[in-house]
Amino acid sequence: MSDLRLHGDTAPPMRNGEMVFEAPWQNRLFGIAEAMCQQGYFDRNTFRVYLIRAIAQWEAENLGQPDHDYAYFDCFQVALAELLHDTAAIEASVLEDRVLELKARPHGHDHSHDHDHDH
Amino acid sequence: MSDQPSPQSLRTEAIETLLIEKKLLTSADVDSVLTTFSEQVGPMNGAKLVARAWVDEGFKARLLEDATTIIAEYGFEGGQVDKLIVKACSESVHHVVVCTLCSCYPWAVLGLPPRWYKDPGYRSRIVREPRKVLTEMGLTLPETTDIKVWDSSAEIRYMVLPLRPAGTEALDETALAELITRDAMIGVAAIETPS
Repeated sequence: MSDLRLHGDTAPPMRNGEMVFEAPWQNRLFGIAEAMCQQGYFDRNTFRVYLIRAIAQWEAENLGQPDHDYAYFDCFQVALAELLHDTAAIEASVLEDRVLELKARPHGHDHSHDHDHDH
Repeated sequence: MSDQPSPQSLRTEAIETLLIEKKLLTSADVDSVLTTFSEQVGPMNGAKLVARAWVDEGFKARLLEDATTIIAEYGFEGGQVDKLIVKACSESVHHVVVCTLCSCYPWAVLGLPPRWYKDPGYRSRIVREPRKVLTEMGLTLPETTDIKVWDSSAEIRYMVLPLRPAGTEALDETALAELITRDAMIGVAAIETPS
């Protein structure tokens, strides 16, 4: 069968099921998108269109491939980056430059929030 | 764990820092959203509605008639619900919810969707072979029970009102709410009779 995760736990609602976010960046990414929605920069339905497109593209490229691991939040990130580009908030090239800057940053840098590495 | 951030982590940080520099966002804005979703938005909200519906037939009728107004009255946060429709399970009909295209989900009553809800396997198979998928997920329904699958959209979100289990007649609303699971309100699980 597919990689559908199966379970049947019946614990109380706040505790049942697996975690919604599997890495801190996923939580942060969701927060960024939702904050932009709440401030009216774009609406959820517009974002949904981008998300559907990103998911469809991922599925076209990956479904049927062996050992694929569904990467919903990778799609979410693609959708947000494309929407920010199309609305002129962040051009794609500017985003790529910033990613490279952050990657080149020395270990032990200061930062204001959690992400998924230790130091 | 590696000392090197993942590419996704770097990209998320890049997006946030750029939005902050453009004064489109602050870190506090993001923190506020995440605090709200971790503390005030979740399936405990849906569980309150289900428990109330189990003990109050008038409330149940209103919930099935106009759930959107009810969640506004309760003041549940979670902005993804434009229109909420609640589908009540019976002995003859079982309801289950999916979003075939992405991840539409009634945040205000169920919180954020679990991983499996967004998985291509669930999204496609629950429509084609719901009885088989539900069985694989641990919910075996009688052959005489019809299964209706509801596809969430940008405009309409669904929640399932599960059957009240036998043996709960002595429980009050608060105790009943503690029995109710997120998965039962999606329709992929039943509420177990408390031991």
